[in-house]
Amino acid sequence: MKEEKRFIDKLKTYLLYAGPTTFIFFTVIILPFLFGIYLTFTSWDGISNSHNLVGFSNYIEAFKDMKFLSSFGLTLKYVLYTVILTNIIAFLFAYILTSGMKGQNFFRAGFFTPNLIGGIILGFIWQFIFSRLLVYIGNNFNIPIFSSSWLADPVKAFWTLVIVSVWQNSGYMMVIYVAGFMNVPKDLLEAASIDGANAWRRMINIIVPMMIPSITICLFLTLQRGFMVYDVNLALTKGGPFKSTELISMYVYNQAFLSQKYGVGQAQAFVLFLVVALVTVIQVYFSKKMEVEA
Amino acid sequence: MKKRERIMLIIKFMFLGIFFLIYMVPFIFVLINSFKSKRDILLNPMALPTKLEFSNFINAFNKMGYIHGFVNSLIITVFSVLFIIILSSTTAYILVRKKWKFNQIIFFIMVASMIIPFQAIMIPLVRIYGSIGMLNSKWALIYMYIGFGTSLAVFMFHGFIKSIPLELEEAAMIDGARGMQLFWLIVFPLLKPISMTIAILDVLWIWNDFLLPSLVLVAPEQRTLPLSTFYFYGTYTADYGLSMAGLILTIIPVIIIYLILQKYIINGVLQGSIK
Repeated sequence: MKEEKRFIDKLKTYLLYAGPTTFIFFTVIILPFLFGIYLTFTSWDGISNSHNLVGFSNYIEAFKDMKFLSSFGLTLKYVLYTVILTNIIAFLFAYILTSGMKGQNFFRAGFFTPNLIGGIILGFIWQFIFSRLLVYIGNNFNIPIFSSSWLADPVKAFWTLVIVSVWQNSGYMMVIYVAGFMNVPKDLLEAASIDGANAWRRMINIIVPMMIPSITICLFLTLQRGFMVYDVNLALTKGGPFKSTELISMYVYNQAFLSQKYGVGQAQAFVLFLVVALVTVIQVYFSKKMEVEA
Repeated sequence: MKKRERIMLIIKFMFLGIFFLIYMVPFIFVLINSFKSKRDILLNPMALPTKLEFSNFINAFNKMGYIHGFVNSLIITVFSVLFIIILSSTTAYILVRKKWKFNQIIFFIMVASMIIPFQAIMIPLVRIYGSIGMLNSKWALIYMYIGFGTSLAVFMFHGFIKSIPLELEEAAMIDGARGMQLFWLIVFPLLKPISMTIAILDVLWIWNDFLLPSLVLVAPEQRTLPLSTFYFYGTYTADYGLSMAGLILTIIPVIIIYLILQKYIINGVLQGSIK
């Protein structure tokens, strides 16, 4: 490309190549983001056109809202369990599926399948399994833990969310871990074997350190998906029983679009954004520090 | 030593086999029950259907407005992905090839914006687009998908274009290629692998997305497939055979595509996550 010297030429070139993207990006992401911050300082009810500035009162109300805090606490618990379980299971799958066994492509494809289907449909599928199939099994084979629907019990309903999310996401993370395992240099592992390192030692001292980049990505993705989960929550438990499983996304959604508390809802959404940004930045920072060169 | 290895292999295989069963069982039971009547399901949800009856599927197909949902999903997905690829690749190209201060700032803003979760902007987004009357149209939804998809796509194209040697373009310039022609004839074809990756990731995301269309599309005839499945299931939850058939209908197109393009899809996910 020729070199543009004058400002007007630069502008023309920029607009030709990047104009539409820049415009759409700013109107869809940046403008609503900034407008959202402004909304948190107003008392807008969603209908009237007047935005009265109310200072920090939405934030104060957000933190005084016990239901918001308990929903946040529940989300943290949910994120903790799903992140740990998803990554352990995905890591194990990937470990076994890179040891050169027969049918590994078949298994990989199978474990990945839930990721092709939307969370709404996955939630409905499991709703049937938990409320019909398992109850039937529980009653006919005398397994008390299944004899009443898990979705009707607040504690068990929380665990259905964890189970379904782990089931949904572990295949995706498995694919990333498989790539990580394939990048561990074979000669390094062989050298360690010759030096007498057993499978466990090789895992701790060679494989895991070499896998840190994959672990960084998977932790990041599972953290982000965990905080943002909505579809499965809506389809599987609908936040019930008795609003006991309303995770934060659903809470914010209901706050704004059902209770019409837009200012407070947006303030809570913004708090959510800050927490997610902080957690993921800290996680990526520490994971990056742990990376090693082969 | 040989014996121990064989035992390990058997243990690994059993471990995988059990998990594989657990992973597939939900799909299998939904499929089995989609052929049965409500009475048979209540009687025994584990039994195989006594005869192959497709009435549930035909009913579900009509009641959920399957054709509408499918066509809407298809239009929205295809146009969104096409525009994301076309617009993001030219943008990334100019951001890489012109080292202006302004370009660096734009690129930084785009990358930084990827940390903003959808939930943090959904309320103002609905407010803004509602007030200018742009809700309830699939074109507005496509517009939004371009906005949400663009930063990741620009980021991935950016990384890829950086590795393309400038000599190629210089040679084409000597041959007389100018301006955009240079990009479309020389650079864009080279971007095929990364374009495929972006297309796969974005198709999976947009085809299955629920929250954004549920906020933007209100009228029943505008609904995408996940939306029509949602409303259909909500209405007929208690009619198990029918609702199961609805779920199967929604899953089938995806599974067919997956069987054909499996290798590319998994590879696309892989490439996309490494970048």
